Amino acid sequence: MSADLNAFVTEEEIAGAEEGPLAGRTVAVKDNISTADVRTTCGSEMLADYVPPYDATVVERLKSAGATIVGKTNMDEFGMGTTTETSAFGPTRNPVDTDRVPGGSSGGSAAAVAAGEADLALGTDTGGSIRCPAAFCGVVGIKPTYGLVSRYGLVAYANSLEQIGPIAPTVREAAELLEAIAGPDEHDATTHDRGADANYADAADGDVDGLSVGVPTQLLDGADEAVVDAFWDAMADLEAGGASYHEVSLPSLEKAVAAYYVIAMGEASSNLARFDGVRYGVSGGHEGNWNESFAAAREEGFGAEVKRRVLLGTYALSAGYHDEYYAKAQDARAWVKQDFDEALAEADVLASPTMPVLPFELGESLDDPLQMYLADANTTPVNLANLPAISVPAGEAEGLPVGLQLIGPKFGERDIIRAASALE
Amino acid sequence: MTETAVDAEEVRHVADLARVDLDDDEVAEFAGQFADILSYFDELDEVPEVDADPDLVNVMRADEVREGLSQEEALRNAAETEDGYFKGPRVS
Repeated sequence: MSADLNAFVTEEEIAGAEEGPLAGRTVAVKDNISTADVRTTCGSEMLADYVPPYDATVVERLKSAGATIVGKTNMDEFGMGTTTETSAFGPTRNPVDTDRVPGGSSGGSAAAVAAGEADLALGTDTGGSIRCPAAFCGVVGIKPTYGLVSRYGLVAYANSLEQIGPIAPTVREAAELLEAIAGPDEHDATTHDRGADANYADAADGDVDGLSVGVPTQLLDGADEAVVDAFWDAMADLEAGGASYHEVSLPSLEKAVAAYYVIAMGEASSNLARFDGVRYGVSGGHEGNWNESFAAAREEGFGAEVKRRVLLGTYALSAGYHDEYYAKAQDARAWVKQDFDEALAEADVLASPTMPVLPFELGESLDDPLQMYLADANTTPVNLANLPAISVPAGEAEGLPVGLQLIGPKFGERDIIRAASALE
Repeated sequence: MTETAVDAEEVRHVADLARVDLDDDEVAEFAGQFADILSYFDELDEVPEVDADPDLVNVMRADEVREGLSQEEALRNAAETEDGYFKGPRVS
């Protein structure tokens, strides 16, 4: 089964402790999370033979919680994509419909869980990379509040935006995995004490009586009709459980995709400068001087989408363009945060379709990068605002899964877990 | 903001700054795509300024000596090493 789906880059068992809250569970780990002595490729030719000398903090925590890691999952190269088609190891297929993409960039993790290849999985979410594949594969995914989960040992793409988070068949199981990995870490100075000793699984009680839900109209405007219909059906289920909803206009969200891509590409261009072929990765040889050698290594090791983002990030940060793009994107980020804060002062959680579209057919979106970026309209605002969000299955449209996204206040993971559990 | 136009020469210049060699086909493809993407980014021009406090601030602490990677561990992913060092290309 896994060979057909191509969910894993490397299938290798890593045993955990004999006892613990995750004893007996299998977990698939996205291949940008370092595993000591097990290769970690980031879906890139550049790191095809890279074997980390240490474990990421989340991997240590999985092992001490008793989980058995079953392999490293396929992903868009360095997390850069919405379909898992930019992987140097070939695309992953969606187990619901193998002619379609599983979403991305954590497509291997979501496909592995949806197909039963692993009980649970870790993904990473920089602009929707956990929630999108969870929605497309019909499983649950949580993007935690920035700072809840340590990023130590995660191969960085855009540090100010990304978080590691769980993918699981049910809300409760996703919450259990989040409990195991959350909490402060001395190796990641952006982690927060509020994650310590958190209880998330017992919030999955389905009780939404009295819950107030805000629906940002901007996140419905561009969505496919079939997706919007499924969204409102799910909202009716929440209402039947005693929740109420109101629509809210957040004009900043229209600028989120542009702001997200400027910031993510800028951070990527800086982060990926480390791949020069000397300490690890594809060597550029010793012909010519070091600049020529580095440029040769990066031509060979990086795929098209990674080159595109590194170049656009370099452009947006270069002299003469910094104020026009990067500074404006930071203003937009502050505006999105402010809009969300105001909306969450009047509502317990916000709801939207996770993805404005149904899963793409394989190959459909590769030729037009801008169209692919626009599919991230509903997920990227959450990363800009450092907030937590969950994608939970909300029925089907045209026989394909639709995900509903619930956004909470900072460290409000229990609120979104409780609301999402009412939809199961 | 001016109309965004990206020509092949500009793509080559940015690729040079980013230390990424490109072949001619990639340069042509990227020039077209970058024009579209940068035009889309132009909508950031309409963003208002917002007063906001940063979520994170720098916190300093004294340096402490801790265990790190062994020399062998640090070198084991390198394509070439010599006498316990990384071997890199010529500096000039």
